Amino acid sequence: MSKRLANNIAISVLWVAAASTVFVLAWLLAYVVVKGLPALSWSFVTQWPTGVTASGGIFPTIVATVYVTAVGFVLVIPVAIGAAVYLAEYAASGRFVNVIRFAADSLASVPSIVFGLFGLAFFVYALGFKFSMLSGGLALSLMMLPLVMRTTEEAIRAVPQGYRLGSYGLGGSKWQTVRRVVLPAAAPRIATGIILAMGRAAGETAVVMFTAGMAINAPIFLTDPGRTMTSHLYVLAMEGISVKNAFGTALLLVGMILSFNLFARWMAGRRG
Amino acid sequence: MNGDTFKINVEHLDFHYGDFFALEDISVGIRQYATTAFIGPSGCGKSTFLRCLNRMNDLIPETKVEGKITLDGNDIYAPDVDTASLRRRVGMIFQAPNPFPMSIYDNVAYGPRIHGTTNKAQLDEIVEKSLTRAALWKEVSGKLNTSGLALSGGQQQRLCIARVIAVDPEVLLMDEPCSAIDPTSIQKIEDLMDELKSKYTIVIVTHNMQQAARVSDWTAFFLAEHADRPAKLIEYDKTDTMFTNPSDKRTEDYITGRFG
Repeated sequence: MSKRLANNIAISVLWVAAASTVFVLAWLLAYVVVKGLPALSWSFVTQWPTGVTASGGIFPTIVATVYVTAVGFVLVIPVAIGAAVYLAEYAASGRFVNVIRFAADSLASVPSIVFGLFGLAFFVYALGFKFSMLSGGLALSLMMLPLVMRTTEEAIRAVPQGYRLGSYGLGGSKWQTVRRVVLPAAAPRIATGIILAMGRAAGETAVVMFTAGMAINAPIFLTDPGRTMTSHLYVLAMEGISVKNAFGTALLLVGMILSFNLFARWMAGRRG
Repeated sequence: MNGDTFKINVEHLDFHYGDFFALEDISVGIRQYATTAFIGPSGCGKSTFLRCLNRMNDLIPETKVEGKITLDGNDIYAPDVDTASLRRRVGMIFQAPNPFPMSIYDNVAYGPRIHGTTNKAQLDEIVEKSLTRAALWKEVSGKLNTSGLALSGGQQQRLCIARVIAVDPEVLLMDEPCSAIDPTSIQKIEDLMDELKSKYTIVIVTHNMQQAARVSDWTAFFLAEHADRPAKLIEYDKTDTMFTNPSDKRTEDYITGRFG
């Protein structure tokens, strides 16, 4: 085999490998769209499920998904940003910093069902929050913590040193510099990381099944339980209740998360 | 030196970066309402020395300062000195213009705000006065709400000067302020320095000897004679004397372009 032929074969094989990524996404999306589109309608979004085949809509599960994700978002922000600011601006590199980083990386690799189990044992039973938006949001915030923390830390480190020197040179304290110059400059990147984490949280199943509960309910208070879209999808499909509505739910969920990701990309492109 | 009162007085300063001995036994008096230039080949420690004067080197880990620096007779390295108040009195202009990513107005108002001025009318007045003094008001008065980053490099550097003037400092430290900007802007900044010295004490680090000759009243020449030896102050005199009749052979060689 000539060198040239070997080269062309190698390029072709690599190209196919690369193209298959796009193909898998396109295939999956097309499958979900084709199977899910017949179920979609305005009433699917606005009405409650009815009857043994769960016909009708999935309105309460949309409310629960948005609610529990929002709670997770509100809870994770102060802790994740606080930890990231500490790591990037205050902590001298050393043992403690390495321990925090290792903890964050380990937390990121914990299987989500373990977060669910922990949430069930700790928030639902031990703290007595029962199956609720609060329990679900708390468990989701734990899952989002390492992700938001690391992206925020990177965003803060990417802020040019000249901004900090400018502030110190004017007699700014460390905290004034961080709050008034560094964080605003890092804000678009931080927001991008948060939005991506919210997309992950909205698509999470195991965590919320164990903590927000499975009750079909449009939650109003933090103490209310609620079945999320992902949990609903699981029940519809695994118990053979309605494969058509399962795909309808999946399509809506994928659409929501995809728009989160596109929004995050748009935010990232806007910086600078 | 001939009985003048010095705004800043440095006595027997040694400076270390970790194991590296950077500056040795520097003694120099900086005169009030005059411009003092620090010249020397790159790597001779002139910028490092400048950053000792407002303790910016404190931000770099593992640096060590020995000797004494006084501002109006008070030791700036004394344990009870607050570096934030020191840096407010001894402002700094950096080599690369570094406006904050916020509006022109907010850039200038930043200093007064962090030092507690919140009154809008008062801030408006400070912003206008500082931009006027930095010879930038005419160019930006109509667009104070646009980003400081949208200005040209030369305008950005004048914005940084306005930002420092807004906190009403006594000394301006300028670390090669013209090295990253265009010739027309350099001219404007040099004219500006000439006006500012009636009110401030200016210290400028420059690698451009013509610039030192044009803008300064006093010149200090720094040199590290071997790469692994600390830099020393070779000669310090009136700028006119330094450039026409230097007393040290090494100063003469540097000024006439024989090295550096």
